[in-house]
Amino acid sequence: MSRYVIGRIGQALLVLWGAYSVAYFILYLLPGDPLSIMLSASGVEIDALSPAELAKARAFYGLDQSVLQQYFSLLWGALHGDFGESLAMGRPVSSLLAERLPQTLGLAGVAIVLSLLAGIGLGYLGAYVRWRPLRQLLARLPSLGFSVPVFWIGLLLIQVFAFSLGWLPSTGNHGAASLVLPAITLAIPSAAVYAQVLQRGFQGVWHEPYIVTAYAKGLSRAQVQLRHGFKNAALPLLTLIGLQVGNTVSGAVLVETIFARNGIGRLAQEAVLRQDIPVVLAIVSISAAAFVLVNLLVDLLYPALDPRITHAPRIA
Amino acid sequence: MPFSTVLDHAAPASSVAFEHVWRPRSRWQRVWLAVAPLLRKPGFVLALAIVVFALLAALAPGWLAHADPYATAPLAKLASPGAAHWFGTDELGRDLYTRVVYGARLSVTAALLAVGIALVGGLGLGIVAGFAGGRLDTVLMRVIDVMLALPGLLLALAIVTAIGFGTVPVAIAVGVGIVPGFARTTRAEVLRIKTLPYVEAARLGGASWTRTLVRHVLPNAWGPVAVLATLDFGAAILATAGLSFLGFGAAPPAAEWGTLIANGRVFLMTAPWVSLLPGLFLVAVVFSVNHIARTLEENPR
Repeated sequence: MSRYVIGRIGQALLVLWGAYSVAYFILYLLPGDPLSIMLSASGVEIDALSPAELAKARAFYGLDQSVLQQYFSLLWGALHGDFGESLAMGRPVSSLLAERLPQTLGLAGVAIVLSLLAGIGLGYLGAYVRWRPLRQLLARLPSLGFSVPVFWIGLLLIQVFAFSLGWLPSTGNHGAASLVLPAITLAIPSAAVYAQVLQRGFQGVWHEPYIVTAYAKGLSRAQVQLRHGFKNAALPLLTLIGLQVGNTVSGAVLVETIFARNGIGRLAQEAVLRQDIPVVLAIVSISAAAFVLVNLLVDLLYPALDPRITHAPRIA
Repeated sequence: MPFSTVLDHAAPASSVAFEHVWRPRSRWQRVWLAVAPLLRKPGFVLALAIVVFALLAALAPGWLAHADPYATAPLAKLASPGAAHWFGTDELGRDLYTRVVYGARLSVTAALLAVGIALVGGLGLGIVAGFAGGRLDTVLMRVIDVMLALPGLLLALAIVTAIGFGTVPVAIAVGVGIVPGFARTTRAEVLRIKTLPYVEAARLGGASWTRTLVRHVLPNAWGPVAVLATLDFGAAILATAGLSFLGFGAAPPAAEWGTLIANGRVFLMTAPWVSLLPGLFLVAVVFSVNHIARTLEENPR
């Protein structure tokens, strides 16, 4: 058991390190000239500088060192929570992140809870209803849910609930009322995925022998679905929750931009627009860390929830 | 399927007179046999029509919209949808329907480019990993695990930061983000097929691995990958639209669908159609693509 846990943690750390390295590679090695991007991000014209000043700037950004030296000094800093300094805002990236992170965590948390409630509710209902037209509709609804772009749903909700009906504020980040629309927007794609997987889970479970046994005991359909079907049909959801963290983070970038909320996602959008490389690197690493952490927790929880799973080495 | 029913199905499909001699069905007959039952579903036909419309708009926008997408008409600015302007007009009086049709060229091309990159990269990686096995497989799968740990949009944002803004960089960024999923599916298919008897038979018959791969494994691994490609075409449209909505797409006055939606944000209160109608068109196209993918998945071959 403990060997499994340690192995899984080690694997998670390796993936995290890999993710950081991939992001570093993309951001620092892919551009032909990172110096010109960095200088333009800090608002300096590269053509206006003399060779001596250029050399000074190169040394200031650490670009005079070899690639490996740069990489290790950045990695070392990141391990200590120091992500360098934002080029455009002239502030340490870690303090920027600390300031913006609570907003996004709150939004993502509410959205994940909402998406689970809606997704499970829809999936459960879709498996319970017998009336054919309604059943068909419920089966097609998830597919619509992830065909709709997050930003468009956000605009639609703003138009209907903020402008037409005037029930909720359209933008801003103060108070619970301002959290409602962004959280619903962010929850819709994940909810659609959960609903679809749960419906398929029910389809698979329905023919199992233990369902027949449950019917034979004299339970009603509702009881069978609740006590015997649901638990087994819902197992794949646990893995999905972990995987949906990535989508939630991606969605947060769009949602925070639409609803003008001061979170990490909006920071990411602004940073990319200004080509603020250290900020982008930090945000990508942080979200990869969140993804890896949640998936690690899910993997560690799995055996507790499904005793049939043994810790045989998983063949990828 | 009993033999007689096969003939019954084939007979009306082919224009050739029915003969009492069995002849192998031609390629076209087989395609027709697979497609005919799908064409009886109204939902599928509607979805197909919408997707064909979008593709046509990408190839030849002039056929579908006769106005000039960049012609401004300050007097007719922010006109609501009507007979003259189907989707209304934007803040400069440009016809929105025409803008959407011309936007298809950028958006659909970007999505196709992204899926193309994902197909080439993913198929390549998946085949190499599935076929080579051993250490190389392990290393490649670890790399793919790492790529999957980076949320798609953020990976795309990092790439866009590095290589710049525009339709093509956005398409590349989205395409690279889809590669890992393709690689996984392809590898799983290759691993499944590698152990099947006909592959063994081909090898015993003296076929080289390359020949086995091209003639026996690839044609049979193609199905699930094609379904994934269709699904990802929809996802790629959404992702590229998201990136251009954030302002990383084509430079104005050219406009992708995402840019059109973003431009209308300012007038959401007074003229909601400016951003909502192009968005609705986008939703229709993506939903149709997903519907087609799902139908293909439910009715293989």
